[in-house]
Amino acid sequence: MRAPLSWLRDYAPLDAPTERIAETLSGLGLVVESVETVGEGIGDVVVAKVLDIRRHPDADRIRIVDVDAGDGNALQIICGAWNFDVGDLVPLAPVGAVLPGDFKISKRKMRGEVSNGMLCSPAELELNYLGGSDGLLVLPEGSAAPGVPLAEALGVHPDVVFDIDVTPNRPDALCMAGIARDLAAALGEKWSWPSTPVPGTPDPRVAVAPLSVDAGEICPRFCATVIEDVPGGPSPLWMSRRLTLAGMRPISGIVDVSNYVMLDVGQPNHAYDLDRLGGAGLSVRRGRDGETVRTLDGMVRHVGPEDCVICDADGSPVGIGGVMGAASAEIDDATRRVLLECAYFDPNAIARTGKRLGLGSEARTRFERGVDPELAGRALERFVGLLGTLDGGDKVRFGATAEYRDPVHTPAAPVVGLRTARVNSLLGTSLSDDEVEELLTPLGFAVEGTGEGRASVTVPTWRLECSREIDLVEEVARMLGYGRIARTLPPSRKRTGAVRSAVADQRRRLRGVLVGAGFDEAWTTTFISPADLDAVGVGPAGVQVDNPLDASESILRPSLLSGMLRALRYNNDRQADDLALFEIGRVFQAPSGDANLPVEEERLGVAIALPRSAGRDGPVEAAVRTWVLIADALRLQDPVIAGEPAAGLHPGRAGRIGAGGVNLGVVGEVAGEVSAAYGLAGRVGWLDISLDALVGVARRDRRAQEVSRFPAADIDLAFVVPDAVAASTVAATLRMGGLQGAGGSAGGGAPGHTPPSAPLGGESPVESVTLIDVYHSPELGEARRGLTFRVRLRATDRTLDDSEISQVRESMIHGVARLGAQLRS
Amino acid sequence: MTDIQTIRSTLESLRSDAEIRLGVVSDLETLAEVERSILGKRSPLAGLGAALKDLAASERAEAGKALQQTRQALSDLARQVRDELARRDAQRRLVEERLDLSEIACGWRRPPLAASSRSAGHLHLVTQTRDELEDTFVSMGFNVVEGPEVETDWYNFEALNMPPDHPARGMWDTLYLRLGTPETVLLRTHTSPVQVRLMSKGDLPIYSVMPGRCYRRDTPDARHLPVFHQIEGLVVDEGITFGDMAGVIDVFTEAFFGEGMHSRLRPSFFPFTEPSAEFEVTCPICAGSGCRTCSGSGWIELGGCGMVDPNVFAATGIDPERYSGFAFGFGIDRLAQVRTSLADMRALLDNDVRFLSQF
Repeated sequence: MRAPLSWLRDYAPLDAPTERIAETLSGLGLVVESVETVGEGIGDVVVAKVLDIRRHPDADRIRIVDVDAGDGNALQIICGAWNFDVGDLVPLAPVGAVLPGDFKISKRKMRGEVSNGMLCSPAELELNYLGGSDGLLVLPEGSAAPGVPLAEALGVHPDVVFDIDVTPNRPDALCMAGIARDLAAALGEKWSWPSTPVPGTPDPRVAVAPLSVDAGEICPRFCATVIEDVPGGPSPLWMSRRLTLAGMRPISGIVDVSNYVMLDVGQPNHAYDLDRLGGAGLSVRRGRDGETVRTLDGMVRHVGPEDCVICDADGSPVGIGGVMGAASAEIDDATRRVLLECAYFDPNAIARTGKRLGLGSEARTRFERGVDPELAGRALERFVGLLGTLDGGDKVRFGATAEYRDPVHTPAAPVVGLRTARVNSLLGTSLSDDEVEELLTPLGFAVEGTGEGRASVTVPTWRLECSREIDLVEEVARMLGYGRIARTLPPSRKRTGAVRSAVADQRRRLRGVLVGAGFDEAWTTTFISPADLDAVGVGPAGVQVDNPLDASESILRPSLLSGMLRALRYNNDRQADDLALFEIGRVFQAPSGDANLPVEEERLGVAIALPRSAGRDGPVEAAVRTWVLIADALRLQDPVIAGEPAAGLHPGRAGRIGAGGVNLGVVGEVAGEVSAAYGLAGRVGWLDISLDALVGVARRDRRAQEVSRFPAADIDLAFVVPDAVAASTVAATLRMGGLQGAGGSAGGGAPGHTPPSAPLGGESPVESVTLIDVYHSPELGEARRGLTFRVRLRATDRTLDDSEISQVRESMIHGVARLGAQLRS
Repeated sequence: MTDIQTIRSTLESLRSDAEIRLGVVSDLETLAEVERSILGKRSPLAGLGAALKDLAASERAEAGKALQQTRQALSDLARQVRDELARRDAQRRLVEERLDLSEIACGWRRPPLAASSRSAGHLHLVTQTRDELEDTFVSMGFNVVEGPEVETDWYNFEALNMPPDHPARGMWDTLYLRLGTPETVLLRTHTSPVQVRLMSKGDLPIYSVMPGRCYRRDTPDARHLPVFHQIEGLVVDEGITFGDMAGVIDVFTEAFFGEGMHSRLRPSFFPFTEPSAEFEVTCPICAGSGCRTCSGSGWIELGGCGMVDPNVFAATGIDPERYSGFAFGFGIDRLAQVRTSLADMRALLDNDVRFLSQF
């Protein structure tokens, strides 16, 4: 809401400095977004009369103009505008003048001819309501003598415009009267309705419009007045200027008065061309199924029984009540007789109609928030009074106002009980009954003490939303000033120590581990496109957004993969190929069973792309090592990795991971066609872990283990192992000293890749098993490879002797043989 | 001069010849070559097509149809061959590139990124900001609580004193999901539904903060992202006052932004709080002396706050005469933007490593 200070001053003196007024407004919750000073910089500009216009000898697009700037002498000016003639009155910025935007006018030569100043367009003077930049401002003939300051001739004075952010709970502040009321109350000034223009009295010869209202629930108040001999032509300059400053474009006398009344007192109103209505009466009813109304914006709107329709005497719709008028009875330059409507509509009904029709308007904005139901009479008076200020407005005649009131549905001023103790206990203040009353009264609240710190407060009709005690508490706080309420701290009794959740702690630990290992944290959007869904191969399901901004953001991600691949691509495109990113975020699956909310899961996604020349480890190795690192750092019990195809991953380079018997996610290399779909040429390593599952996984025992003081014995064992047998299976067998078969004890059915949490008592002297070499050769036979393990043996209570070592070795070889692997000779 | 019989027999022989050639193709490159020679612009088939114009009008349609059928049959066959080759290729790759991932897990422990030239990584700026905020609030005695990102209309709006058709709903442009009755399941527009969940549990008193991701149907620009992060605080206890709210916000401001940094409140409107306020803090860039970030005012608008509205207490089953409380919330990304003088917030989502590694 743009509020010119000069307009606000119609209601109260408001002569405090501009900064103080702006601060006061913000302090009232009418937050000032900007303060604009206007009308300055034209003080040096005078009215000049054009005496002569000549061709410039050396230029076609500029001319030589002689003007009289008041002293009767001809002053030569060079001018590029063509919209004026000899005898016209135009603005002259003489040499030395400073125009808006700090534009200094100096004497200069243009193509050899001297220019002693500049003739100005409305835009150059920041008087945009008078026109644009495509020609000079030409004043009406005889409106001023040459040499008269332009500001005086136009009645333009410097002004200040506050751009105010009005919150939805303050419909009363969507007009100058309301803003001024708050300001005056806060500044301790008196607020009153302006005394001019005087509206005059109804003319009994003018008809009274017959009204019939058949939708009192939606439209409980309706007033209409017939106005005759309405002048054509524009509104007076002062009104155009105020409208322009308030952000509205002047259109014509009647339209401007209509808009002015709305901005001034807050009453949306509608002026029908009486001669284009089917008769002088109006009827108000609910819309009918299948009924259409062509609104002022030219659109055909389908209305129904939920909506309120205004009809003429013939029953044809001439407007959608409280939202927009119809095109059929629109006023224009030829309009001489007007039927003026001022009504009150139910906010909820207007909100529903406006939303359903997708139709926004100044009227809707006000009615859906709540207009003062008792304002119509005042607005009508203001309208006819202002119409009188138009050129020819003295002939305007208006009839008596036809009024409709639905006594049940017209909101009455609420009477609210207010306890001073409640005010103080909620605000932390110690106000007295009188102080509370003094704060509320200037806003129009009628406070009547009922004893014992209680009061009965009658709310003014322009503040109907103040219907509860808490609303009055807010008004008290607002008028007191938030800054004047003493700052305290909560009593903090019965409080326990504050905690982050286990989930949050785990997330932090994980992030720490990954950042320590060199990963950068990414944050990708939650939305993916249907093409993403196809590309990452997670199936056609997916939670769809009903009203996405863009089709490429129409699905909630079921996996972090596509977002991370896109992040890699973004960096690839910027010549970065050494990338290790991770993200922790939620993914979504369609609701299961009867649930109406999707299944949300927090997951970790790790994506690795390495330059081709980098060492022995490729991205997939790095991804697996990341999993090993996480499992170790989080002390997961019995972590496993089992080769298994997974959506979006290379079928021969994918594995399921888990720990403590819980399935946690996948690791592997992104399938070539998937990375290609994201424009990635190289291989991409991928690790995906469910944090929700992870938080429930058992951790390794915290009890300290004694470390042996005795020396270790290392034995290297090289086996030829069928490809179908995982290295981890062999390792698990070795770890058990060969005593057990395929290591079936480890979680998830797959053998673990780290030592069990407790040493195997006295029986197993195996301290660690490490795969130290992998050997591929056709000599080893079809689908077989060589695996060399280094087994470190150590006892806690003695140095192992050769026979013990040899015994363990034999047992291991036997155990591994049962997996189909032989010792390499 | 051609006639339809000649065309038919030519098509027949072209077809059997092509079938034989496609049948022996063993790699994709050869396939492309063969396809070009039998279906391409200079293929006999194409030549035949050009010859159709010499036919009598009565025969032209029939011949054209036959030609089209042959072309279709051959291109179908080529596609089959291509699919089969691709399948075989994938199979071969699967065998050749198959890796026993457990070999890596069983081997020597090496840092995952040993092959990379990277040193330490970086937490995302938003994470760092959120962690700092959480730590500050935990030290002030607040628990950290989280809730779902997808919510029902009831949690996001209705329980927060915004019944259907409430005009204040227009303050949040909402993304709805295609689930259940239209416009009932949505992406939360703020973290406030977590408040409702917390209060509904009835475990009083409450001193909690609720960080998380939120969504709005906004076109992204330098200061807004449709996907963003908020942190919200809630206190519900006996005897909580507006003064307590102002005090807690001020303590937070100094704890988070540093000594000498202050806060101020001014009236605002949120449907779920009353009285409501917007809170501003001393501009962290100029420490209050006025700069571009704060448009010379010395203050930065950080977030909203207010006393919990009695209707919200009613919706969550808390007695508003016995308990009172306040809530406050603000954008984490926005705070990060202000503190780092980041011109365009969209950089937060680009994940450019040159940006990520600055923090």
